[in-house]
Amino acid sequence: MKVKVVVFPGSNCDHDTEHVFRNVLKQDVEMLWHKEVSLGDCDLVILPGGFSYGDYLRTGAMARYSPVMKAVEQFANDGGTVFGICNGFQVLCEAGLLPGALMRNACLQFRCMHVHVRVETTRSPLTHDLMQGQVLRVPIAHGDGNYFADHTTLNDLIDNDCILFRYSTPDALILNDANPNGSIYNIGGICNKTRNVFGLMPHPERASEEAVGCTDGRLMLQSLIRSLEKDKLHSERLVTA
Amino acid sequence: MKAKITVRLKKTVHDPQGEAIREAFEHMGYTGVASVRQGKVFDIEFEGAGRTEAQPVLEDVARKILANPIIEEYVIDLEEES
Repeated sequence: MKVKVVVFPGSNCDHDTEHVFRNVLKQDVEMLWHKEVSLGDCDLVILPGGFSYGDYLRTGAMARYSPVMKAVEQFANDGGTVFGICNGFQVLCEAGLLPGALMRNACLQFRCMHVHVRVETTRSPLTHDLMQGQVLRVPIAHGDGNYFADHTTLNDLIDNDCILFRYSTPDALILNDANPNGSIYNIGGICNKTRNVFGLMPHPERASEEAVGCTDGRLMLQSLIRSLEKDKLHSERLVTA
Repeated sequence: MKAKITVRLKKTVHDPQGEAIREAFEHMGYTGVASVRQGKVFDIEFEGAGRTEAQPVLEDVARKILANPIIEEYVIDLEEES
């Protein structure tokens, strides 16, 4: 798969993401500076974690207007797969490619810790190879991960099966105590209705190798790559048939 | 032409920062403050544009970047031209 990792001024998980996709998942990865206006040949765009524009104004608010984002929006609207991690999730919400907004953590603390998330649906590339109800242990590191959606939007997310992950206890219970940032409905990750754009606050790229003590993130990323490979194979067969 | 845009969280959105500030007031001994809501103010100065030119620009930047309409609302104040 051809993976493009967008680099905004202030991105700081771009190289972790590059490393995992290239060296662990063995994919073809290129970095894309935010001033680029074209994505080139591309199967997957990743907006990585970090602090684009120093989180000035609101997280993701300025990155959303970086030149590259026009191409990302076009790619997403044409059905291309776009994945936002942490700050990338914030950028996707600001851009309107995902519903809702990410606000300051309700506890007002920057939360850097491992949390548990429960897989809510397998109907997404990121969760396709996981099991509904499965609990993953993944790291978070953010000050603005408090997901907010108004009543209508939240019901829309639920009705359309667009909630991918909810913060839970290790034994899969959805409790306030398991919610690190005050997110509504314990939401940790969502996808859009067409299921090709998704974002989450946890960092799967920081949990993909034994050396970092946790490999649950790799399960998500492997699922993503396998789903894309299957789709590509399927569409190639359609073309040759 | 000068303008001021004030952005604040919608009343229906919880403001943990405002709540923390209210609590600090209590620590200072000022009890009886019911609520504090934190917002942002942007002072904007145009190069020679008049009210008619400035108004739509202010509306556009307020809606599209300075405020996130999902969680925030804004007020535009145009300062009298001298």
